[in-house]
Amino acid sequence: MVMDMPSQSTFSARGAVAGGKATKISARGVNVYYGEKQALKEVNVEIPDKGVMAFIGPSGCGKSTFLRCINRMNDTIASCRVAGRIEIEGQDIYDSKLDVVQLRARVGMVFQKPNPFPKSVFENVAYGPRIHGLAKSKTDLEGIVIASLRYAGLFEEVKDRLQDSGTSLSGGQQQRLCIARAIAVQPEIILMDEPCSALDPIATAKIEELMEELTESYTIVIVTHSMQQAARVSQRTAFFHLGSLVEEGPTEVIFNKPQDKRTQDYITGRFG
Amino acid sequence: MNEHTVKSFDQELQSLDRKVAQMGGLAERLLGQSFDALERRDPKLAENAVASDRAIDLLERELQEQTILMIARRQPMANDLRHIMTVLKIAGDLERIGDLAKNIAKRALAVSGENHPKPLMTGLKHMLELAMRQLKDVLDAYSERNADKALEVWRHDERIDAMYNSLFRELLTYMMEDPRNIGLCTHLLFGAKNIERVGDHTTNIAENVHYLVHGTALIDDRPKGDDTSSTLIRKE
Repeated sequence: MVMDMPSQSTFSARGAVAGGKATKISARGVNVYYGEKQALKEVNVEIPDKGVMAFIGPSGCGKSTFLRCINRMNDTIASCRVAGRIEIEGQDIYDSKLDVVQLRARVGMVFQKPNPFPKSVFENVAYGPRIHGLAKSKTDLEGIVIASLRYAGLFEEVKDRLQDSGTSLSGGQQQRLCIARAIAVQPEIILMDEPCSALDPIATAKIEELMEELTESYTIVIVTHSMQQAARVSQRTAFFHLGSLVEEGPTEVIFNKPQDKRTQDYITGRFG
Repeated sequence: MNEHTVKSFDQELQSLDRKVAQMGGLAERLLGQSFDALERRDPKLAENAVASDRAIDLLERELQEQTILMIARRQPMANDLRHIMTVLKIAGDLERIGDLAKNIAKRALAVSGENHPKPLMTGLKHMLELAMRQLKDVLDAYSERNADKALEVWRHDERIDAMYNSLFRELLTYMMEDPRNIGLCTHLLFGAKNIERVGDHTTNIAENVHYLVHGTALIDDRPKGDDTSSTLIRKE
């Protein structure tokens, strides 16, 4: 259901991306340190274009750290040091000449706790397109806001409350508002860090339904503690443990017959 | 295998295996009873067989309920999910084996008054013995999680098929020789067919053991020896 969203390729020439099978994000030899402590060890992974990749693993395994490397959110942590190479469509995102603001427009993020701005529903979504200069006129901006809200499956529920505060919405609605806010700047990748862990099952189901629709146009990387959720929404799954990427593969293989014993122990609840 | 963090999950899985072992034991005993029924033609044996079959049915129902509850409650993954699904399927096969064995015992009694040609009875008993050994081996393979052993059982089913073929031809000959044999031979033919079916359910269990251990289905073609469906009486 691609509505009247403008084309995706505004921010980069898309090269030979075909059939949703091409590599979107590629990480090679990624090591991350928080001060002396090593949080990620030699992570290598290829994330395919247009689909959902799930990261699973026990708390502290490094999956969120890795997720935050993909849009350089770790830059905000003073003691954090990232070594290795992460590319989006072949472009090194840790290149010193790269504009981090532009990068984060290409790589949107949705957090565990819905965090709408203390502004109206409309302004929450309009903020990004406005600062990135995506709208030529007021009508243009309205169009982007409505399309984004609609794409996030929220428009019908909030169309009469666009001027109400974003924080007045329910938790599930707030989370979908955050997704609408993320897609309003036409990203290519959406990172989701446990997007449903603060939501009830119905709101969770709505987000999962939305994710399925989003995969037509976006590459989604999700960190989740719910194995069932990973099994439901993703096409590929990666299991992290103690800072290492233990195993990565098609989701049905990871959850049916994982190759590594640690993966099996984790997904069947035998860890510890 | 490490234990689950939730101990009661392990206990539930163990309880499934206990019940499968119990069902398997009952199915073996029931086949033994039908063997005795063939040999001794004692009406008491048929009653015993019916009672054993009821116990098997009851266990199957219990296992069905238990596995469905576990899936709903635990949302099992990987080997746990395969374990639970395998138990559900094996229980179904053992239940069918119980029915077939009961049917053999009943037929053995139905023909108890008649004069049994010795070679025919010997053939049938051999076939049943082989089916019993196959069942025992596959149950061992399950409890040991031994996929190689299961594969062996799977391959050996061909022998039962071969015996069934030759018995089938023999019975046809007897019936053609003297129409008075038809009643007896028909019962024996059904008996043989039932044993052949026991063998097929045993191979199903073998396939499930393979799936449980390896997570993949047994896909190469099993050697099949039963060609009776295309056998005809040739007109002279």
